[in-house]
Amino acid sequence: MSGLSPGFHGRGRALVDRLPPGQYPTESFPVLSIGPTPRVTTDHWAFTLTTETGSRRSWTWEEMMALPQERPVADIHCVTRWSKFDTRWQGVSLDVLLEEAETAADFVVAESFDGYTTNLPLEDVTDGKAWLAHSFDGYPLAPDHGGPARLVVPHLYFWKSAKWIKGLRLTVQDEPGFWETAGYHNYGDPWREQRHWNDA
Amino acid sequence: MPSPPSGASAWRTARLLSREPQISTGRTLRFTVPDWPGHLAGQHVDVRLTADDGYQAVRSYSLAAPAEGDTVELGVQAAPDGEVSPYLADVLPIGAEVEIQGPLGGWFIWTPRDAGPLLLFAGGCGIVPLMAMLRARRAAGSAEPCTLLYSARSPDEVWYARELADPGPAEEIRLIYTRQAPPGDPRTTGRVGAQDLAGLPEPGSARCYVCGPTGFVEHVADLLQTAGHPRELIRTERFG
Ligand SMILES: Cc1cc2nc3c(=O)[nH]c(=O)nc-3n(C[C@H](O)[C@H](O)[C@H](O)COP(=O)(O)OP(=O)(O)OC[C@H]3O[C@@H](n4cnc5c(N)ncnc54)[C@H](O)[C@@H]3O)c2cc1C
Repeated sequence: MSGLSPGFHGRGRALVDRLPPGQYPTESFPVLSIGPTPRVTTDHWAFTLTTETGSRRSWTWEEMMALPQERPVADIHCVTRWSKFDTRWQGVSLDVLLEEAETAADFVVAESFDGYTTNLPLEDVTDGKAWLAHSFDGYPLAPDHGGPARLVVPHLYFWKSAKWIKGLRLTVQDEPGFWETAGYHNYGDPWREQRHWNDA
Repeated sequence: MPSPPSGASAWRTARLLSREPQISTGRTLRFTVPDWPGHLAGQHVDVRLTADDGYQAVRSYSLAAPAEGDTVELGVQAAPDGEVSPYLADVLPIGAEVEIQGPLGGWFIWTPRDAGPLLLFAGGCGIVPLMAMLRARRAAGSAEPCTLLYSARSPDEVWYARELADPGPAEEIRLIYTRQAPPGDPRTTGRVGAQDLAGLPEPGSARCYVCGPTGFVEHVADLLQTAGHPRELIRTERFG
């Protein structure tokens, strides 16, 4: 290691156990998105689940808010290398939304109001691993953080947690989404540091 | 280090060739990176620092210019109490090495093949990847109109001042001062407003690139949409 970046000492090493490789902790909440923040209002909002056969089920904002609510607390990890500990969300578990879907699909594509897409294995959004979140830290989710509602899948890099989500599409074949076709890893496990296409 | 395989995921050793002041807290750094594969304007690299006990820290920095062989240029602004940027800006000795991974980013990019007028909006050190686009455009001799709208606190906070004072063909540079303007500047200081967008190419024809702190990017992207620029033609990058 000696010889590289001489005189660099760095900051805290205290939280290293909780940090995936190549990440650093931040107290702030940086924003990453590909274009302007879409202004999505809750009056015409709907969340649509589409199965591989094309059958659809939609929830209006009021219907979604009437579903059982959960308050997950999780560490989140952005591929731009910040991690934020103990983030507090409120929303509906995807298990609730997927409960009645008749499907043989193994994958989902999350679709957003701004045209953004991201793909995930179905098993990564079931069994208490993913939420449709509408509140952060006790307040309605701000537009630049994906409000009125976003996906939250804390165990994968945060680009998988689509902002401004409008629906999930169940697919038999895996369909790489926006970043997944623009050079980012198809799965995105922060603990295996799966950032880019070439990462194992 | 064993020599890494080629491709974005490989860490390469990068030797600091030169450091040149841009503004009081901003520096141009040039590194030699053996076997650098080349990059597109707008892309960035990850820079990794290693302390004596093996502790590592990584941050992203935009490439400020087209590559010249194995030499790449970064623009680093020292953040107050930052872990990485003050070290790069002021401590890393000339001739010493860091590690670099890249080029990264396949979205916030511009190539001379992208037709149509180009609109670049920079806030603070958000100028860095946009300067790469401007330089790539000049190098390609592009005849498409290009406007750079660059928001800086005051004249001594303007990066690349000499290069920007000498616009290329079909190129316009608009400097927007938020706190203190040079004597004779007809514009009242303050953040970018709708009036600063007057006379830009028609919405729908121009590609817009916006880069800087989150507040700046949000604000300008909103202004552009209000002015009728379709969101498909607005690309943003936020520096945190
Ligand atoms: C795609 C991309 C491209 C970028 N391109 C550039 C570029 O071209 N040029 C450029 O200069 N930057 C660029 N950045 C930003 C850069 O990656 C860093 O975020 C920036 O340099 C700050 O890093 P740092 O380690 O110096 O500061 P950090 O240590 O990350 O801290 C940032 C700020 O937060 C405060 N802070 C955070 N944690 C603590 C703590 N525990 N204690 C005290 N204070 C704290 C610090 O005071 C500091 O001001 C880019 C970012 C991205 C995502």
